[in-house]
Amino acid sequence: MEQLIQELKASLIEALNLEDITPEEIENNAPLFGEAGLGLDSIDALEIILILERNYGIRIANPAEGKEIFYSVQTLADYITANRKQ
Amino acid sequence: MKVLVTGIGCVSAIGTNVNDHLLSFQEKRSGLGPVTLFPTNHTEPVAEVKLSNTVLKNKLGLPEQAVISRTALLGMLAAREAFEDADLSGVTNLRIGLISSNSTGGMDLSEHFYPEFRQDPTRGNLHDIASHDPGDSTERIARLLGLNGFRTTISTACSSATNAIMLGARLIRQGILDIVIAGGTDALCKFTLNGFGSLLILDKTPCRPFDASRAGLNLGEGAGYLVLQSEKTSYRKTYCTLAGYANANDAFHQTASSSDGNGAYLAMKGALEKAGLSPDSIDYINAHGTGTPNNDASESAAIQRLFGNRIPPFSSTKAFTGHTLGAAGGVEAVFSVLALHHGILYPNLNFNQPIAETGLIPVTEYQTGVSIRSVLSNSFGFGGNNTSLLFRK
Amino acid sequence: MSKQTIYINSIASTLPDTQDSPEFVPGKQVSIQEPDYKTLIPDATLRRRMSRIVRMGVATGMQCLNKFPNAPVDAILTATGYGCLGDTEKFMNTLLDNHEQMLTPTAFIQSTFNTIGAQIALLSKNHGYNNTYTHRAFSFESALLDAILLLREEEASNVLVGAIDEMTPTVYEILKRLGLWRNALAGEGANFAILSTTAIPESYAVLEGIELFNGTYSAAEIQERIHNYLVQKEEKNVTVLFPSDYKKICGEYPTAMAYAFNTCCKHLQSGEIKTPILVYNTFLGNHSFIFLKPV
Repeated sequence: MEQLIQELKASLIEALNLEDITPEEIENNAPLFGEAGLGLDSIDALEIILILERNYGIRIANPAEGKEIFYSVQTLADYITANRKQ
Repeated sequence: MKVLVTGIGCVSAIGTNVNDHLLSFQEKRSGLGPVTLFPTNHTEPVAEVKLSNTVLKNKLGLPEQAVISRTALLGMLAAREAFEDADLSGVTNLRIGLISSNSTGGMDLSEHFYPEFRQDPTRGNLHDIASHDPGDSTERIARLLGLNGFRTTISTACSSATNAIMLGARLIRQGILDIVIAGGTDALCKFTLNGFGSLLILDKTPCRPFDASRAGLNLGEGAGYLVLQSEKTSYRKTYCTLAGYANANDAFHQTASSSDGNGAYLAMKGALEKAGLSPDSIDYINAHGTGTPNNDASESAAIQRLFGNRIPPFSSTKAFTGHTLGAAGGVEAVFSVLALHHGILYPNLNFNQPIAETGLIPVTEYQTGVSIRSVLSNSFGFGGNNTSLLFRK
Repeated sequence: MSKQTIYINSIASTLPDTQDSPEFVPGKQVSIQEPDYKTLIPDATLRRRMSRIVRMGVATGMQCLNKFPNAPVDAILTATGYGCLGDTEKFMNTLLDNHEQMLTPTAFIQSTFNTIGAQIALLSKNHGYNNTYTHRAFSFESALLDAILLLREEEASNVLVGAIDEMTPTVYEILKRLGLWRNALAGEGANFAILSTTAIPESYAVLEGIELFNGTYSAAEIQERIHNYLVQKEEKNVTVLFPSDYKKICGEYPTAMAYAFNTCCKHLQSGEIKTPILVYNTFLGNHSFIFLKPV
């Protein structure tokens, strides 16, 4: 799980161009979206959908489904562990 | 000074001239179908203009071997119809301007050029890339119509043509031009199809604007132009006046609309103020109504905020024509003028269940003999760019 | 043409590295000093997505707004001849590489011509009129004309007008094949200005007029047209700038006129030029005059 979390943080930083942010600065349980967290928005959600599809073979057709799954790095990792195809 | 609408022209998946469109509306005939213009993996329905580039060139009296973007060809066809409708061919003593618009220029040809070019920068036919910029199609329309005066091109995504029409009216009101041909054109291309695909907002089935179950938009192509004229000039006939217009920015998000539809509200309110009218004088709204969950919810909220519990008849015509992007405001301005002129309302196809939050119900049947004095036409684009036009008898 | 005086009250530009006339090497790329993006676009969420042209445009626009004491402005107008080509190409490449599958939307979203104007509105929370012109060498001129209209209509008292064009390797290569660099420098730049109906102590210049025309003209015909324009303006002692005068510094690009415009404003404010200035621009059959005067 820890490896997956590190991998996810690296993918997020790269895909979302999170300059100035290191993997250590992203807390596992902190919200990714909105002002309180990393400040991600609906466009980022689309990028995360692609990370899931490309790296883990998981398809999310409707961005609305992603709301709870994308809450934090931890919820993402949990979802991937339960659903990964690759 | 009043700005009159004296000519109209349009082409879309449901017709190659203005009259065709009226028939398609009457018969509730949608233009949606599979992509045939280019090879693609996409299976979502699109609304293609049912004329090949060769046929378009023939209709326009252009040599078949001429390298001209489909964006320009569609624009030429619709602009020429508007030009002829207003009987402008003999007019020499007036200042005539052309304000056109599109969202991706001659991208249909750039897509021919680029795959070869990226393999080897010395390859790719240069004619195919020379029309990439949005200004190219405008220059070609000007040449076709023999216009030597002011011309410019606007590109604000899906509100482009609406902004072009608004600028036209302002130039006339300020006495800088006497006549303006204004509108927009856009051809379907792989780039936009994949772009909207990447945003996950293409509906795999025909779009359902304002329906609770709506799941996205369908792309279309086309062109629509109006001839706007100062009331001080002489004209053969007049459809109506362009009495109001306003552009406002949602300043909320690069692609998403705010949930309260602030930008849309400001645009509609601004158009009413410009015309000196109150909300209850609006008899029909040709809504932007793309069919995406976000747009329709936001636009509904804005309509409700402005009109309260006296919502005028409204509908989206995008299930007929698809979303024609930069051309949408031009095509729908023509529809709005026709609604006013003939007293007709267009059905909003594929509507079953209102959106829970607003409960708004659009017009679902083609209606004739309706008394219409004022029509609002909405177009909203990426970057929160929102514009409303108000046409009045 | 103006019924009321229009002042230029703030300017911001990405300046070419060399301001004096270097040796003319056809096809040489003019390098520009890019602004400090982090200070001018402090919102990391917005900044991180921006490609070079978007950063350049948004930062220069914000700089122009920040320098203006009477903010906010009532409208934001942008102009670009080429648009956000880097993003367009990026999206096209992924589309081809991935065979239309698994595409990320960011490049597509930013490829839209009005991205820069929209991002400035978003950053400065501006709900006012917002428009984008993209008609070759008329792009900036059209935005200026729109600004003049807004001020005359009393729809606005202060308008931000800017122009942005970027030289990407692909544009360079294509224009080279089209023969453009045989006798021109390859340029790029972001140039913004604020037009207002009232003067401020910082006012740079007065915009006296703008004229756009089309067609093919000989040098003598252009001279005659300039002469007639100045006669009509009743001006005798005027500095006339031809495209070669400023394009030898900023290079050729569709909105090079915006660079000339800002440079003239600066010289009129500093007193380096004391006479009115007529700037002439031409590109692909589009011609324009802009006429500026000291405050």
